[in-house]
Amino acid sequence: MNNWPLFEVFIRSKNGLNHKHVGSLHASDAHMAIQNARDVYTRRSEGVSIWVVEAKHITASNPDDSEALFDPAEDKIYRHPTFYDLPIELKHM
Amino acid sequence: MDNINSLEHRFQSAIDNDEKIEARDWMPDAYRKTLVRQISQHAHSEIVGMLPEGNWITRAPSLKRKLALLAKVQDEAGHGLYLYSAAETLGVSRDEMLDQLHTGKAKYSSIFNYPTLTWADMGAIGWLVDGAAIMNQVPLCRCSYGPYARAMVRVCKEESFHQRQGYEILLTLCNGTPEQKAMAQDSLNRWWWPSLMMFGPSDADSPHSAQSMAWKIKRFSNDELRQRFVDMTVPQAEILGITIPDPLLKYNEETGHYDFGPIDWDEFWEVVNGNGPCNKERLAARVKAHEDGAWVRDAAVAHAKKQQQAKLSVA
Repeated sequence: MNNWPLFEVFIRSKNGLNHKHVGSLHASDAHMAIQNARDVYTRRSEGVSIWVVEAKHITASNPDDSEALFDPAEDKIYRHPTFYDLPIELKHM
Repeated sequence: MDNINSLEHRFQSAIDNDEKIEARDWMPDAYRKTLVRQISQHAHSEIVGMLPEGNWITRAPSLKRKLALLAKVQDEAGHGLYLYSAAETLGVSRDEMLDQLHTGKAKYSSIFNYPTLTWADMGAIGWLVDGAAIMNQVPLCRCSYGPYARAMVRVCKEESFHQRQGYEILLTLCNGTPEQKAMAQDSLNRWWWPSLMMFGPSDADSPHSAQSMAWKIKRFSNDELRQRFVDMTVPQAEILGITIPDPLLKYNEETGHYDFGPIDWDEFWEVVNGNGPCNKERLAARVKAHEDGAWVRDAAVAHAKKQQQAKLSVA
C-alpha cells in the first residue's frame, strides 16, 4: 500500500448521535481518507458525518492494565441508585 | 443575503423537525451565544456546587455516608467537565469560561450561595437541589444542540443516585431522635424556597425564555417545571413527616396541582447580583483552588516536555 498511513474511521449515523468507530482504511492523506471512507462506509446512507484520524495518533489503554483500571469500580456500589433503601410508596425518584 | 436566508431556513426547519444541530452545522450567532451562556453557566454550577458539600465530607457521620458524598462530589466534577467540553464545541475556550467565572462575570446557580450549616443539609441538597436540577435536566436531554443533549444524557444517568442518597439521609434523621428530626425540619425550612427559585424567574419576567423555547433549547417554561417539582415533592415530604414551610401550600382539586405561596423574588435577585450569604466565599474558594492548582498544571506540562525529550533522545 505504498506505506500509506492507516486511518480509523468514525461515522455519525444521524445528527444527535455520537460518531461511532466503524473500521479503518489506508489513504495517502486525511482528505483521501474522508473520500474513501465515504465510498466504503456510507454507500447505504449509513452516515451524515465522517471523522478520520490517523491510527498512530490514538493512544489506547493497555489490556494488561485492565484490572487496575476497571476493577475498582466494581465494589463502589454506592454509585448506583439501588444502593439506597427507600420506602416503596415514594414516587418519582 | 439569499445565502443567509437559505441557511437560516435550513436551520429553522431542522429545529422544527426535531432534528439536532451539530457543532459544524451553520447556526445563527444568537443561538450560539445563548448556548455558550447557558452551557457554561451550567458547567460553573456543577463546579461551584461541589463547595457546599465539600464542607461536610470530612465530617460525614459514617464511612458509608462519606463514601457516598465523595462519589457524588466526584460526579459533579465530571459533569462540569462534560459541560465545559460541550460549550467548547461552540468555539469558546476553557480559559475564557474559567476567566468569566473567576472574575464574577459569569453566573452560576444561585442556590450554591447558601451555607450548609448542618449534616441534614447534605440530605436536603440531594433531595431538593438535585431533585430540582433533575427536573430541569431531563428535558435538556432532548435539547436541539447535539453535544449539549448528549452531555445531559450522561449527567442524568449518573445523577440518579444523588437524589436518593440525599433522601435517605433525611429519612434516617426523621426516623431518629427528636433532635435529629428537628435538624431535618430546619434544613427543609432553609432550602425549600431557594430550591423553588432554582427554576428561574416567572415566565413573565424571563427575557430569554420565549426564544429558547422556539429554538428548542428549553422544552418547558420555568413556571411549568417549578409546578411539577412542587407536585412531586409534597408527597415526598409527607413520607418524611416534615412540613414544607409554606402556609399557603394546598392541593387544588380543580387544577390537580398544589397551589403555593409567593416567592420572594427580591431575595432571588439579591443573591443573583452577588449579595447572597456566601457569594464572596464561594468565588474566593474557587479562585483559590484554581490558583493553588497552578503548580500541578505547570508540572504536567513540564513532565510532558521531559517525556517528549526522552523519546527524541532515544530515537
